[in-house]
This record gives sequence, C-alpha cells and structure tokens, in this order.
Amino acid sequence: MEKKPIVSPSPHIHGPQNTARLMRDVLIALAPALVVSTIVYGANALLVTGVSVAACVAFEYLIQRYLLKGESTLGNWSAVVTGVLLGFNLPSTLPVWMIVLGALVAIGVGKMSFGGLGRNPFNPALVGRVFLLISFPVQMTGFATPSNVDSLSGATGADAVSGPTLLGYVKEALATGGTTSEVAGRLTSYSDMLLGFKAGSLGEIAALALLLGFAYMLCRKVITWHIPVAVLGSMAAFGALLWAIDPMHYMNPAFHLLTGGALLGAIFMATDYVTSPMTHKGMLIYGAGIGLITMLIRVWGSYPEGMSFAILIMNAVVPLIDKYVKPERFGRAVKTK
Amino acid sequence: MKGFSKGGIHAPEYKISSRKAVVSLPLPEIAVVPLSQHIGAPAVPCVSKGDTVRTGQVIATAAGFVSSNIHAPVSGTVIAVDATPDAGGMRKPSVSIRTDGDVWMDGIDRSDTLVEECRLSKQEIVDKIKEAGIVGMGGATFPTHVKLSVPAGKKAECLIINGVECEPFLTADHRIMLEKGEQIVAGIEILIRALEVPRAYIGIENNKPDAIEHMERLCASRPHIEVVPLRVRYPQGGEKQLIEAVTGREVPSGGLPIDTGAVVQNVGTALAVYEAVQKNKPLIERVVTVTGKALAEPANLKVRIGTPIRSLIEFCGGLPQDAGKVINGGPMMGRAVANLDAPVTKGTSGILIIRQKGAVRKPALSCIKCAKCVGVCPMGLEPYLLSKLSQRARYDELEALKITDCIECGSCSYTCPSYLPLLDYIRLGKAETLRRIRSRKNPEK
Amino acid sequence: MSGVLGFTVLTLCVIGVLAAVVLYVVAQKFKVYEDPRIDDVERMLPGANCGGCGYPGCRGLADALVKNDDISTLYCSAGGAETMQKIAAYLGKTAAEQEPQVAVVRCSGSCDKRPRTNIYDGASSCAVEAALYGGETGCSYGCLGKGDCVAACQFGALSIDPATGLPVVDEALCTACGACVAACPKRIIELRKKGIKGRRVYVGCVNRDKGAVARKACAVSCIGCGKCVRTCPFEAITLSENLAYIDADKCKLCRKCVAECPQGSILAVNFPQPRPEKKTQEAACDAPSA
Repeated sequence: MEKKPIVSPSPHIHGPQNTARLMRDVLIALAPALVVSTIVYGANALLVTGVSVAACVAFEYLIQRYLLKGESTLGNWSAVVTGVLLGFNLPSTLPVWMIVLGALVAIGVGKMSFGGLGRNPFNPALVGRVFLLISFPVQMTGFATPSNVDSLSGATGADAVSGPTLLGYVKEALATGGTTSEVAGRLTSYSDMLLGFKAGSLGEIAALALLLGFAYMLCRKVITWHIPVAVLGSMAAFGALLWAIDPMHYMNPAFHLLTGGALLGAIFMATDYVTSPMTHKGMLIYGAGIGLITMLIRVWGSYPEGMSFAILIMNAVVPLIDKYVKPERFGRAVKTK
Repeated sequence: MKGFSKGGIHAPEYKISSRKAVVSLPLPEIAVVPLSQHIGAPAVPCVSKGDTVRTGQVIATAAGFVSSNIHAPVSGTVIAVDATPDAGGMRKPSVSIRTDGDVWMDGIDRSDTLVEECRLSKQEIVDKIKEAGIVGMGGATFPTHVKLSVPAGKKAECLIINGVECEPFLTADHRIMLEKGEQIVAGIEILIRALEVPRAYIGIENNKPDAIEHMERLCASRPHIEVVPLRVRYPQGGEKQLIEAVTGREVPSGGLPIDTGAVVQNVGTALAVYEAVQKNKPLIERVVTVTGKALAEPANLKVRIGTPIRSLIEFCGGLPQDAGKVINGGPMMGRAVANLDAPVTKGTSGILIIRQKGAVRKPALSCIKCAKCVGVCPMGLEPYLLSKLSQRARYDELEALKITDCIECGSCSYTCPSYLPLLDYIRLGKAETLRRIRSRKNPEK
Repeated sequence: MSGVLGFTVLTLCVIGVLAAVVLYVVAQKFKVYEDPRIDDVERMLPGANCGGCGYPGCRGLADALVKNDDISTLYCSAGGAETMQKIAAYLGKTAAEQEPQVAVVRCSGSCDKRPRTNIYDGASSCAVEAALYGGETGCSYGCLGKGDCVAACQFGALSIDPATGLPVVDEALCTACGACVAACPKRIIELRKKGIKGRRVYVGCVNRDKGAVARKACAVSCIGCGKCVRTCPFEAITLSENLAYIDADKCKLCRKCVAECPQGSILAVNFPQPRPEKKTQEAACDAPSA
C-alpha cells in the first residue's frame, strides 16, 4: 500500500532558529568577554564561570527531574546561559560555596519555582547575584585588582589585592568632598576601560568584547537593538545632563557607559527574552527605565552600581508594559486620499 | 526598493522550477470538477448523470452574486453529480466527467493570435468575466467580477497587478509573465477599462529580474502601466501588504482594499481575463507549479481543472520514495493534501512535495517570550497572546486584540524558536471570533 | 528602648482599631441585601461550576433557583435528581423531573476498524484538525481522537483509550453537564438517557455518507440500510441521511436491532453478558463485527 501522506495546517516550513540555537548564540557572543576576563584575572575567571555553569546545570536537572518530575530541560541550553551570566556577575575571588549557593537561588528560586524557562518574571542570574550581594556584601564587592593596574584603594600589603571598582572609588571620593578633576587623575585610562584592565565582576570589565558580542547577536538576529540602545542611551542622556549642570561633581557620560555593569547589563542581562517586553516600543520604555534607575542609584543611591537592581525593578514592570504597550497595528495609521 | 513596512520573513526561496517552460499535461481520464472552487456560495449543477458535455460548456451556474460559474474542462460524459472527497478528505459536491476527446464549445478562439483591441463597455467586460467563471488565481479564489464591481460610494483609483509570488518554490506566475506577457498586458488594459482607473502597477519581487525586465519592455510604450520592483519579503503577495508596498496606503483595520482606492488582481487572473474577454475562453485550465527538492522533474504544467493531483506528480517523475507531505499551494499558506486523488481546482497554484524529514513538525516547547512572532507579524498583532487566548476560548479579548486582522500568513509559526503551532490556534480563534461577530450582527442566523 | 517599643505597639494598635472602624462603617453603609437562601442553595449544589445548567457557575443557578417561582426549566445535571429534590424541598418549589443522562460516544471506529489514510501532524486539537481536514481516515464524520472532549471534562470522566484511539466515558463520574458535547467539533457525543441499570441501546456511528462509502471507510459504520428500522417493534428507530437513530424514549431495550445490524454498529451496553463485566466498555467498541 502507498505511504500515507502527512497533513498539518500551514505553514509547512520552519525558520532556522530554535531555542537551543539562540541560547548557543548567546554563549558564543559571551565568549570574547570570558577570554578577556581570563587574561585579566587568570584561571580564577574560568573557575568561577565553570563552577557557576556546572551548578546551574546540575540544579536545573535535579529540580526538573525530582521536584517537577518532568522531562529534562537541559536541551534548551538556558541553564548554561544563566550559569555564565551569573558567573560574569561575580568577583573572581568569590569562594566556591557561595557561587553554588548563588546558582541554587538563581535556578531554584529565580527560575524553576515559577515553572521553568519562559515563566520566570525576573532574570534568574540577577536574582542569584542580588541575593549574594545582599547576603555577602564584603565578598561581593571586594574585587581583585588586576596585576598590571594600580590599586585604587591606596592600601598596601595584603589589602592591595582587593579593592573597589572604578564606580565605587569615584562614588566614595565624590561623597567625601572630592571633585571629578581630582579623581580623574587617578583613574584608569579610557582605553584600558575599553579593553578590560580594571577591577570589577568577571564579565563586566571588557567593554570592547561585550560590544563584539552585541554585534554578533545582532547579525544572528538573536536580539534587536532596541533594549541595549535604550538602556545605554538613557544612561548617557541622564549622565550628560548632570555633567552639563555640574562637571565638577558628576562624572562624564562616557565614564558611566564604560564602567560597572552598564554594557554587560544592557547587552546581555536586560535583553533576556523571558523577562523583557514583547513589543519594540515596550522594549524602548523598558530600556530607558533601566538606564534611568541605574543612574539614580549610581549617583544618589547607597550602592555604587545599580544595574542589577534596575533590571530587576523593570522586570517587575514588564507585564504592565506588555498589557498597555501594543504593537502598531497595520491599518491603524490610515493614510488615504 | 519598495516593500511593505511591517514584519515579514525571508524564507529560502527554492524557485527550482523557474527556468522550466510551461508544458501541457495530457487530459485526465476522469475530470472531477468541484462545485465550490471559489469563495462564496457553491455553484448549482445544471447537468446530470449521462449528459454529454463539450469543453467549455457551463456545467454549474453561480448561486448568487458572490459565486462563480463552473465549466466542463474536457468533453465527454457526465458520470456522476455527487459528493467526492476533496484534498482535505471532506466530501464536497462535484461533477465527474469521463473524458472522450476534447471537443470545444463553439465560439471559443483557441488560436494564439494576440487580440489587443477591446471596445466593450465596462458592464460588458464584467459580464463576460462573470460568465467565464473567473476567480482570483493567486489562491484566494475570490470571484473576479465581484472585485471589479466597485461598491457605491467607493472609487477605484488604481489597479495593482500581483506578480509578487512571494511563496517559496512557486514559479507559475513567474513563468506566465515570461511566456504570456503580451496577453497579461492586454488583460491589464481590459481590467483598466473595466475599472475606469487611470493607472496600473505591476508588483514583482526582485528575485525575478527577467520577469521585471520583460514586463518593463512590454509596458515601455504604455506610460499608465508601471512595473514596480519589490524587495523580496514574505508575505508581500498578501493583498494588504502589496497595496502598502506599492502605494504606501494601509487598508484600514476591518476595511476592504477598495478603501485605499486600489484593486488588486493576480497576473494569472489578468491572463484569464484576457482569454475570457478576447477569446471567449472560460476558466478551465491553469498553470500549476509541480515542485519539491525530492521531485525528479520539477515543472510548470498547464493543467485542466479537475485533473487528479496524482497525475501531475506522476508526470513529474512520480511521488519520491521519501516524500512525506504533498502541499496544494506554497509552503507557507498552502494546504497539505490528505487525498492525492483530489482534483486541481481554480485556486491550485502549485503542488509541492516535501520530504519526510521536513514534513514532520518538531515537538513544541514552552514559549520563551522572545517576541519574534510580534516582530514578524505583518499586521502588527501579538501572535503569542492570540494563540494562548484562542486555546482558552477568550473571544472577547481576542476581538479587542484584532485577531480578525490576521491574514494567516504563518510568519509567526515559521519563526517561533519553540516550534509552537501559533497559527493553528489563531486560525481557530479567528474563525470563532468572526462567527460571534456575525451572529451579533444578524441574531437570526 | 522600652519607650520606643511601647510607642510602636501603641501605634499599631491605634491603626488596627481605626482600620476596623472604617471597615465596619463601610461594610454597613454599602451592604447589599442578598437572599440568604442563595448561599444555602449554592452549598447544596455540587460546586463544580461546570456550566452544564447554562448559568455561569453554581451561584448563578442558585440565584435563578431562588428568584424564579417556576424552576421546572432549571436543572443541575451534575447533582442529579437527588440534589434537585433536596433544593426543591428547601425552597418549597417543584423541581423538574429529568431522567439521569450520560454522555455517549457515537463512534466505534477504532484503529483496526477504520484504516488510516493520512497522518495528521498539526496542533493536537480536534477543533484545529476539523477546521481543515476530514480526519485521518476515510470517514469524515468520525472521532478524531485528539481529546478535546477529555480536556473539556471537568469531572475526569473521559479518557482516550490508547487501544482504540476513542474516548471512553466513565459512567460513574459523568454528570451529563454537556461540556464534551459542545467541545466535540464532529458532534459525536450525545447525552442519552442513562437507562435502567445503565442499559442503553444506541447507534455507535454518525456517518452520513452513502452505504458503500461508509462501509469502505469503516468496518462498523452505519450504512443506512434500514434493517433496524424494519426490525424494531416499537418504531423507535428512524433513518435520515443514511444514518439510523434510536429514540431513547421509545426504545424498550429489546436488542432485536443489535442482532440485525449487518455492520454491528448498534451498541448495547451494560446488559448481562457471558464475558466478564469489566470488559463491556471496550467490548462495545471492539466486539461487533469481529
């Protein structure tokens, strides 16, 4: 007998993209930043990232298998991406057990408690990171200073290996009566900031490498430009405004864009599919909100860096944005006659 | 380069049969002619079992204004007026004719001589088109005479000829533009006369440079017909997208194309109009692309309506071993065929064979809210939401979210990285929402 | 230190008292009188909110039962006669008499009886498939087996039998709410009189094709031959559009038609049979023409 034809509703072909491929593309885009941080921080960078990935993958598997009793969801690679992003948000000196704890919170609380990929309202890696930041503030803000960079803390001896980030240092200096021209002299040059020779979390230091990843993701159509541009644009605009008002007490916008988690957050954290809006207009609002909140925290908040908090706060606003910001319908803007 | 502005996708084109000249397929032994090959009321049969019919004879007459005449595609004996299974496996009323030669009705000019001059009045042209049973040949099969009868209060300002053929694989329109360009242009002139419009545009995607060049050459001496090359993007051939691409005007939500002053006709329809008006030839045959990566001999065939799909495939080398799916139409909007003995109808633009490997859908995963479906929707809708709400039968919200604007192009399902059957459910929700709107308007029905 | 503590406790207490006063005043001022019997009746109803009565949930029906003097048109099929009697007695009204019903699947075209002609690979939903295709077999009337009815049933009374590919009704759980009837795009499921001891005779087919076509598509299809119509001593069977239908009110369960049907498409369920009782449900689908 002849073979039975297969039938299904249209369309009968599918595009090249699938979840696993998109996640792998994100990983490829993150690779240059990992290379830079390995050069700057040595094997510790690989260790932290590796532990974080392994722990995230293990927790996802265990929770899915034994608590949710479903089929393994490791095939979508999202746990690996969460792992890398969590690792990138940690200092290179963090003890292994803290990384594992962060991974447990990221995957267990941030993602699986909501039902797994696609259902979590908050960026899992940031949930893990903020949990660690609040629980272990000392370990989370003590960054090893790259060997070929002058320590900003000015301390000697054992303390010399660990110090604040550029943002932390500048905030401290400005708060205690310093002016921008005074601190500027002690800062790393902008070219070093671009290349990654500065203190900070693993993934946030290499501005150029992150931009390379951004370009790759745009080429592969993994993300659109809307969120990163909105985040960085609003940070730059707000920074420029303050700088124009009082250049002696506010740093210039370029400093804000190149330091802290600005680029990592804008390109890789804020663009997380699950926790970002569905429309381009919504993405712009969401991105602008993140940029604004980040700057508010950086300038007037008690933490030197506010990217993680800003993204989490805006994550909470996403359902609202999706409810009210609709795409522009075809045929709404009628241009007849 | 012009193009529509919102959403869309670019699927691999696979126009593998674009260099194959149109060949005529031998007549079928038995032609099964469905009575509903168009949008609107099924035609009413006017022959009965045992009658002898000639090619081109009316065998079923239009039932109302939005309906269409059906003609005998072959000459022979009517062996049944009965329900036969269509391509989807549903039994639909149809007339079966056992072929006995090919004796045409008198008055049909079968010669190739080009007759350009047309002195008929507007109404005479529309009547001839109606008589010949012409419907939109692009696949929608909307009766052409209805489209040419502009409703009172509306005014047609331009005619747009759809030579876009944005569906991957299909090349039927491409071939007729190359081979029957003169006739198409003559058909366009007739349509211009019928609509009393000053201008006509021929929209062609720029993956068919030879067709663009050929049509431009033919229209060089006709300043009122302009060939508009369009950048390749699916669903450019959608009526609303094409109007926007060519004129920049958007058909209002819930409105008709005529609200923008544009009337869109397919190139195949223009050819059929020429043949009907100048040659008295009813719509009994059409060009069908038979294609597929696994098929031995992809071809563009001139086929009589009522020919079983199976004989087209056999003419092109037979059903390949690893064939999984046979599609009536293109891969994006065509319908998979459940019954290969179902006939070619007026709307069959292509028969596409997909290998087993590509025919089976991959298992659906959970939505990761990547927003890609929202990005590609050419109508500016939110497919992820519409699909979810359709599954939950929340029709009031679906109506508010404009599910009725969906053109069922399938871009959302195509692009979904989680392989979700978005359009399957949206189509369902759209049908039910439309039904509810209709029953609200006429509570009687 | 204790001062601070005392102040805090005091503040909270004051806020609490204030809130209580505001809530009380507002609750009194905006009180809406509702017949307390509505609550009582709602409690007597099953509380499944299945919508089988035509009202949005049990409270809707309770409201209607209390407010209407004549409640003969209202019926809770999930609760059944017992519940209705109880409510009627409480309200002092007369409840509608309705014989207990049960959902009946009128398709017996299991996998071995109905050869597949194509394979459906779209979204797993009967409604989606039915919108475009006639089904995976030559019978375009029969069960599609994708389980829209199972999904619609709130009482867990339906399941797809993997052996036959057809839905099976658990009579003990079925409340005849009609959700499955509405969910089935092929209109295969019917609510029928449950019958004495659950005994029923019905045509297990809805195919309206001509005899030859129907027979070719399915081994247990009704071919509209009319033998049952002629056999029935009670004129309970009618034939229209090549399909026989047994009127449950006229049927006396004599089962003469069952023996007469050449296709074995008339089913008699829950009658004592030589084989084990447990098998009856599957037997109804499998046995006839075997």
